[in-house]
Amino acid sequence: MIQHEMSRRRLLGLGVGLGSAATLALAGCGGGSATKSTTAGNGGKDYTGPKVDLKLWNGFTGGDGDIFKKLVEQFNAEHQNIAVGVITYQWDDYYSKLPGAVSSGNGPDIAVMHMDQLATFAARGVITELDDVAKALELSEGDFAPTVWKGGLYHDKRYGIPLDMHPLGFYYNKALMQKAGLDPNKPPTTREEYEAALTELKKSGVQGFWVSPFQFTGGMTFYSVLHQWGGTLFDADVAKATFNSDPAVEACTWLVDMIKQGHSPRNVGQDADYLALKSGRNAFNWNGIWQINDLKKSPGMQWGVAPLPKIGSQPAAWANSHNFTIVKQRSADANKVSAAKVFINWLSQHSIDWAKGGQVPARKAVRESADFKALTEVNALAPELEYAAFPPAAPGLGEVMTTFYNSFNEAALGKKSPKQALDDGVAKANKQLEDNRKKYGS
Amino acid sequence: MADVIEAGAARADAPPPAGRTRRRRGPTERGHRATPYLFLAPYLVLFLVFGLAPILFGVWISLHQWDLQLPNRPFVGLGNYGDLFSSDSAIYADWWSSVRATAIFTVLSVPLLVVVPLGLALLLNRAFPGRTFFRAAFFAPYVLGVAVIGLLWRFLLDANLGLVNRLLGMVGLPSDTPWVTDVPWVWVSLVGVTVWWTCGFNAVIYLAGLQDIPAELYEAARVDGANGWDRFRHVTLPGLRPVLLFVLTTTILASANVFGQSFLITQGAPGEQTRTVVWRIVDEGLRDYDAGRAAAMSVLFALMLAVVSIVNFRLFRYRED
Repeated sequence: MIQHEMSRRRLLGLGVGLGSAATLALAGCGGGSATKSTTAGNGGKDYTGPKVDLKLWNGFTGGDGDIFKKLVEQFNAEHQNIAVGVITYQWDDYYSKLPGAVSSGNGPDIAVMHMDQLATFAARGVITELDDVAKALELSEGDFAPTVWKGGLYHDKRYGIPLDMHPLGFYYNKALMQKAGLDPNKPPTTREEYEAALTELKKSGVQGFWVSPFQFTGGMTFYSVLHQWGGTLFDADVAKATFNSDPAVEACTWLVDMIKQGHSPRNVGQDADYLALKSGRNAFNWNGIWQINDLKKSPGMQWGVAPLPKIGSQPAAWANSHNFTIVKQRSADANKVSAAKVFINWLSQHSIDWAKGGQVPARKAVRESADFKALTEVNALAPELEYAAFPPAAPGLGEVMTTFYNSFNEAALGKKSPKQALDDGVAKANKQLEDNRKKYGS
Repeated sequence: MADVIEAGAARADAPPPAGRTRRRRGPTERGHRATPYLFLAPYLVLFLVFGLAPILFGVWISLHQWDLQLPNRPFVGLGNYGDLFSSDSAIYADWWSSVRATAIFTVLSVPLLVVVPLGLALLLNRAFPGRTFFRAAFFAPYVLGVAVIGLLWRFLLDANLGLVNRLLGMVGLPSDTPWVTDVPWVWVSLVGVTVWWTCGFNAVIYLAGLQDIPAELYEAARVDGANGWDRFRHVTLPGLRPVLLFVLTTTILASANVFGQSFLITQGAPGEQTRTVVWRIVDEGLRDYDAGRAAAMSVLFALMLAVVSIVNFRLFRYRED
């Protein structure tokens, strides 16, 4: 029931408070900064050295984890001199554990990372440049979707090889649409159609579009419509927050008005929007692509998924992407680095199996294969790749994004007007961005 | 009742606690002067390595702009502390809103967590059929992890889909209370869930304390004509004073450390109003990797709690005099 991305949250029980100073201090005992990376091997074409063991960390705790492990087993069987061992953490634990593990020399060789984390970890020297991998494997923008490919860059250098992308999709309950006299095979694609459909649903007694005040999924919905209205979260240099611009306020108002007009109940709780979709009380839900596999397990439910309708002036959808990175080691082992590159290249080529885990493969050749076209639902969201709005590449954006999502929370819960909530959020975000600039010197 | 009398009798026969009547050690007595220290040494080592050293290191970190991964960790003196007190800094409003959230939760939850378990313990201390079952039943929620109770109650308390609102609606009460998304309801939810979850623990401690009160005292009071309330006031409460002090102190500290409940049930909503101090420290240190600022928050928060605990002890000592 909980989306796997939800696990990006730490669960520390009671009693951490007083100990926090102590915990942080212990983490600090690792000391020492990672050494420089080495350019090793021929960028991932093959590896002929002595046998190496590679540690790979990921956060695939859902069904995707099994698919990933099977791929790794296959790789290990095909490569006698490389043995990849997989360690899985919950995403949020993962990002807090990784720095400490790396600085104490216990980190992985390969780390899977979300695109929005790349800049932070690159700026902090945790991961190494991969330009030579891209070059040696002759990977270029043309092999990937441009939006995803560019997201792996930080200061014009490549740090991530994209594996997939996971956008927000438009899920609809076909039974409710039928009940309201709508064609369940023609989900609305424009603002007019969308609002007309909601009106029909309302007539049939259904609040058709539950607006969650939380990041999952209301915040990401707002993120998407904000971009559809032509707005952005930050200026081009990510120096100033811009999510209180006129388009942003209009987009936010449109969403909040859904509640005012009775298309959504007030005070939608975490996951309530999605649970209501499944239980036939909510007709439309903008949710992550990772819900496809969960919905497939609900045999009684008539549902469909389509790209997000175009509410604003242009299509746009929230999206993120899993990337492979190579972690800097205190004592770099050239063999390990070149073996890691072989692995990344191999897995990228085999990402069709990964698509069955419910993600759109980043690699174009895989996306255009007949195998991928057969994955109807996931394939339905592939068009979003062209206009996916990925998070910007700037270090330390985590807390700034929290500020963004919290200002939407206040607007959606009616604590503040959209304008007021976003103005307050921007004022705070600008201070946070300034702190980041001082810290990372960019 | 048998065990109560037994416990009381054992207590009465026991020698007075050490410290009150300390005998001077003569050379004829066995044991070297260093013996007690040798026995204490293992714990002392643990305390130094895992207690004192990290605390001191934490204070040291708090004087720096400290990131595990960045090569430069400039010394900033009291700068991190200054940020917490300067309204210009990005963290100022967040920090004090977290302190406020934690204070509200503590002030609301501690009285309940001190009084409700006491009443429960008094009831469970009586002899009645099924006593063991009820003792287990009230303690049971405490066995569950915060993740379990957090998710459970988040779904039960959901404004639109939750069982709680549905039941309220069935008996004719408002069925749209935003238990987990709006003030003041969020506080009712967080405090209520916490009391439900942890009151069994305090009740067990009270129970142990109650069984430590000599039964003769009750008998003597009864002979003197004391009624139930008098016996509670003049025998039970004084007898529980050390237990009360313990329960009060640990409950204040536990409540001030609240994190899991608001993290899971309200997720900080509305806005950041239920984001607690510990949550803020974890975010600052482990998500934003600003260990210096997180350490400064920890130190400041520890000082606040130390002051509260000292006041607490003073009050109880005053009453003893």
